[in-house]
Amino acid sequence: MTAATLTCRRSDDDSLIITLSGDWLLRGDLPGIEAVLQEMNQPAKPSSIDFETADLGGWDTGLLTTLIAVHRGANDREITVHESGLPEGARSLLALAFAVKEREGARRAPVKLPLLARVGQTTGEALVSARELLTFTGELVLSSYRFATGTATYLRSDLAQHIQEAGAEALPITTLITFLIGMIFAFVGVMQLQQFGAGIYTADLVAIAMVREMAPIMTAILMAGRTGASYAAQIGTMKVNEEIDALTTLGLNPIDFLVTPRVIALLLMMPLLSLYGSAMGILGGMGVGLVMLDVGLMQYVQQTVEAVEQTDLWSGLFKSVVFGVLVAMAGCQQGMACGDSALAVGQSTTKAVVMGIVLIVISASVLTIIYINLDI
Amino acid sequence: MVDTQPQITARDLTIAFGDFVVQRDLNFTINRGDVFIIMGGSGCGKSTLLKAMIGLKRPASGEVYYDGEPFWASSEREREDTKRKFGTLFQAGALWSSMTLAENISLALKQYTDLSNAQIREVAAYKLMLVGLTGFEDYYPSEISGGMKKRAGLARAMALDPEILFFDEPSAGLDPLSAKRLDDLILELRDSLDTTVVVVTHELASIFSIGNNSVFLDPETKTQLATGDPRKLRDHHPDLAVRNFLQRGAALEGDPAEAIPA
Ligand SMILES: Nc1ncnc2c1ncn2[C@@H]1O[C@H](COP(=O)(O)OP(=O)(O)O)[C@@H](O)[C@H]1O
Ligand SMILES: [Mg+2]
Repeated sequence: MTAATLTCRRSDDDSLIITLSGDWLLRGDLPGIEAVLQEMNQPAKPSSIDFETADLGGWDTGLLTTLIAVHRGANDREITVHESGLPEGARSLLALAFAVKEREGARRAPVKLPLLARVGQTTGEALVSARELLTFTGELVLSSYRFATGTATYLRSDLAQHIQEAGAEALPITTLITFLIGMIFAFVGVMQLQQFGAGIYTADLVAIAMVREMAPIMTAILMAGRTGASYAAQIGTMKVNEEIDALTTLGLNPIDFLVTPRVIALLLMMPLLSLYGSAMGILGGMGVGLVMLDVGLMQYVQQTVEAVEQTDLWSGLFKSVVFGVLVAMAGCQQGMACGDSALAVGQSTTKAVVMGIVLIVISASVLTIIYINLDI
Repeated sequence: MVDTQPQITARDLTIAFGDFVVQRDLNFTINRGDVFIIMGGSGCGKSTLLKAMIGLKRPASGEVYYDGEPFWASSEREREDTKRKFGTLFQAGALWSSMTLAENISLALKQYTDLSNAQIREVAAYKLMLVGLTGFEDYYPSEISGGMKKRAGLARAMALDPEILFFDEPSAGLDPLSAKRLDDLILELRDSLDTTVVVVTHELASIFSIGNNSVFLDPETKTQLATGDPRKLRDHHPDLAVRNFLQRGAALEGDPAEAIPA
């Protein structure tokens, strides 16, 4: 393979003659067209462009891209290009490439907006998505009304399936996480409380922390990553496949058909999971307590039972109902707002999880403040 | 079919995504029993026009009339009633992936008829037989091929014996024989049930074998260039772009610049 070279010179009649020699192959080292452009930019610009290719060896797309660049440069400066010197094949490929005129407005320049414009744009987008969320909430409320009055169309088998997926199938991971969290709390409790000889109060610490805060929050975050994400992916994929359009044309409301059953499933299952999680956490804590403290099983159980009041239980359960609704809403809303591609499904899934967790944390804080003020 | 009365009329229809106009000033009439072809190069707005006709995308301006009644200007309830006369086959089938084929077809029947479950199952099985999917009632959409999905989608679109069937590229991705079968089926439906059929397609073979009326959308001028019988358009239409499209570019021999539809 001989190296590709490009030289240019002016002929007597002031046309620019470009001599191409060597192998013009993509995998070789191709010269740029700076020299040609420089000639074209001379005050006395060439009358036309001609090619000499007597010494041209093999060629492929590498040659064509160069020729197209020369063409574009010449067109911009209104210089005629004579292609007669080019190999036959290259000429017809060039003709093919320029056959279909560029669609007006089709080309997109990579836009780089100034900082202020980008801030404005992002704010605008945030406002739009806030309004979408509000609209979605409104639709969900209307749909709940239709469910309450029995006029909504949905598949009972779908609802059962969602309940199964958000309930029984979530038990193993809930067990693992809450059990470990109970143990961690017990470790910390034992370490700190034993210093005051109050080791037995570890039972209180673990029980109250699990029932009031940790079980609802941990199961909610788990479900945001597990079920909220899957809701967004399922509904988003249906959107991409036009399955939602197919529902709408049948006169079925996609909110009734897809969203509300999922919200109901999580609303029902989240408190049960949380209750179960509390029990697992307390068990984990008990294991640690019994090993590290000098107390009997009965004494620990007694202490736990006395520590947890009914209001602790109810406040924890109420929290997890709220979390359940929010996680399901985040997942479904992102799914319904999904774009038209596989990429968009991925983005909605991510957003669903982030939004779910943000909503959990915000509502947890608000609820805690309300509880404190109400003295619960 | 002999009495040709307008069933669908588009008047000054403009469809757009925000500021981006896809097609403007569309005017055409579809008669009862027509097989009406919406044709044009890729990306010229055929699917979007179809969506404006079936109530999925509100047009930027203009109106679609069904039996003389305005569609978009009417209330949501009236629109739902009109939509009940439609059956739609989407571009990729759009079968509900969590349901079997029989369940896909049954949903509309459950919703809008008082048939018993056994009867519904029989109807679903019959519709599947019509499209050559006998015995596939309990398959899930993911378990069948792309062409079969299309046909199952057609069976679902036909579930309620609609007055008007809308198809988005029914034969795209089908082998020639299946495509032919589908064309025959469309004609059969038109003849036996007097169904009006609106088809988005750019398969020339289909256009000429089934279409008796059409609209040609042009991506350059963003409006319709022609409407009428596709065979007549092919042979006599004054606009070169239309003849070129319908003759696979042969209308202007030797000049590739015009032969390749943009
Ligand atoms: N959701 C959308 N948002 C913005 N533009 C769109 C959207 N969907 C389609 N378009 C644009 O509208 C035009 C027509 O699309 P479409 O109706 O799908 O074309 P066709 O079905 O004729 O191939 C295309 O240029 C496409 O880029
Ligand atoms: Mg399309």
